Amino acid sequence: MREELIVSGRLNRLIDPYLQIWHWHIPLYLFLGGLAAGILFFAALVTIQGKENKYPTAARIAPFITPILLSFGLLALLLDLNHKLYFWRLYTTIRIESPMSWGAWTLMVVTPLSLIWCALNIKEIFPKWDWKYPVLISVEAFFRKHLLIISWVMLVFSLILGVYTGILLSAFNARPLWNTSILGPLFLTSGLSTGAAAIVLMSRNHLERHYFAKIDLMLIGIEVFLIIHMFMGFLASTQVHIEAAQLFLGGPYTTIFWLFVFSLGLVIPAILEILELRGFKMPYWLAPTLVLTGGIMFRFIMTYAGQASRWLY
Amino acid sequence: MRYAMAVDTKKCVGCSDCVVACQTENQVPIGYCRDWIVEVTDGTYPQLEIEIRSERCNHCDNSPCVRCCPTGASHYAEGGVVLVTPKECIGCGACIASCPYDARYPHPDGYVDKCTFCLDNRVKKGLDPACVSVCPTKCMYFGDLDDPNSPVSLVLKKRKWKTLIPEAGTMPQLYFLI
Repeated sequence: MREELIVSGRLNRLIDPYLQIWHWHIPLYLFLGGLAAGILFFAALVTIQGKENKYPTAARIAPFITPILLSFGLLALLLDLNHKLYFWRLYTTIRIESPMSWGAWTLMVVTPLSLIWCALNIKEIFPKWDWKYPVLISVEAFFRKHLLIISWVMLVFSLILGVYTGILLSAFNARPLWNTSILGPLFLTSGLSTGAAAIVLMSRNHLERHYFAKIDLMLIGIEVFLIIHMFMGFLASTQVHIEAAQLFLGGPYTTIFWLFVFSLGLVIPAILEILELRGFKMPYWLAPTLVLTGGIMFRFIMTYAGQASRWLY
Repeated sequence: MRYAMAVDTKKCVGCSDCVVACQTENQVPIGYCRDWIVEVTDGTYPQLEIEIRSERCNHCDNSPCVRCCPTGASHYAEGGVVLVTPKECIGCGACIASCPYDARYPHPDGYVDKCTFCLDNRVKKGLDPACVSVCPTKCMYFGDLDDPNSPVSLVLKKRKWKTLIPEAGTMPQLYFLI
C-alpha cells in the first residue's frame, strides 16, 4: 500500500488547519438578501400583472420588512469586514469580474427601491399618514406615476440580487463545493421560495395564502431538482468535486443537510402544502416556517462546508 | 518582465530559514507566515520518498484573488507580482477564499497580507527576495523569466520541474525542481 503524509509548517489564524474566514455574517446575509429579493420580486410581479388588490400582502404589506432585512444583511456584511473603515472603497470602483463588487452595487439599487416601495404603500400601515411638505407630495406623485417602470426595475434587480447570493460563492474555484454554476439558480430559487413562504406567513387572506403556497410548492420542486442535479454534477466531475460532494454523502455534513435542509426544509413542507391544497386542515404557518428555517440552515451549511472543501494538496 | 521563483526540492532540507528571514524582513506579525515548509512523505517503509518544499504565494498569471477583489486592492504589480494595497483593502476575505494555495491571511491590522516577492523592499534595489538570499543550501532561484540568462530561466531550462495544482487554472509562477 502506498501512503502519502503531508506535513505543513503553516499555522495562520483562520486559514489553518482549514479555512474559517467567513463566519455567521456571510450566510446570514445570503439568507436575508435572498429573502428580501424573493419578497420584492413577488411585489413587483403582482404589480406588473395588475393584481395588487387580489394579492395585497404580496404587493403592499410584505415589502415593508425588506428594508429591515436588507439593513440587517448589510450590517452583517459590514461586521464581517476586517478593515471596516475602508468599506466605502467598494463604491469607488466597479469591477465586473468580481461578484462582490457588482453585488454591492446591486444592493445600492435594491435598498433604495425597497424604501420607495414602502413609501408608496405607507398608508396601508399608517392610514392617517400625511407627507405634509409639497416637495415630498410631488416626489410621491412622481414615483406613483412611474410605478410600472419601478416595478420592472425592481423585478430585474431583485432577480440579480437573488442570483448574486449564489454566484458570490460559486465564483471561487479554490473551494470545489461552491464552484458549481448551479449554485446561482439554486440560491435564487431558495430565495424566491423563502419569499413566498414569508408572504404566506404574513397574509390574512385565504386565497392569497393558497396562491403563494402553490408557487412555493413549485419552487420547492425546482430546488429539489437543482440539489440532486448539483450532486450528480459533482459526482461526475473531478476528484476534488467528488470529495466536495462526499461532505454531504457520508461526510460530516450528511445528517444536518439531509435532515434539516432536505427533509425538514423542503420535502416535509412540500407534503404539508400538498395536503393543505387538497383540503386537509393544517396550521397554515407550519410549512412556511419550515421553509424559512431550511433556507437559513442551507446558507449556513453551504458557507461552512464550502470552506472545508479544497484542492488535493 | 515576469518575475518567478524556482525551489529545488532535491536541495531543500526544510530548515525554515526562509520563513524566519521573511518574517524578519517584512515584519510579519507573530504567529503568521508568508512562506512555509511542506514535507510530503510518500510510499511504504522502507521504500520512502520525501519531498520538501518551501512554499509561498504563487504570483499566478491568472490570479483568482485579483479577479474576485471588489475594490481592486489586489492587483498585478511590476513583473506580474501580485500585491495588496492595504489602503484599498476592506478585508472582506474574498481573495482568501479564492486562493487554492491558501497563501493569504488576514493581517491583525485589518487588511489582507501575503508574500510580495520582496518587490519594493529588495527586488527593486537589485537584491534577491529575503528567503532566496538567506537559504543555506542555495536551493532557491529568483529572476525574470523574460531574461534568458536570469538564474530562474537558466535552472528551469536545465532541470525537470512542476508547479502546484496547475489544474486550478491559476498559471502559477512558483516552480519546484524535481
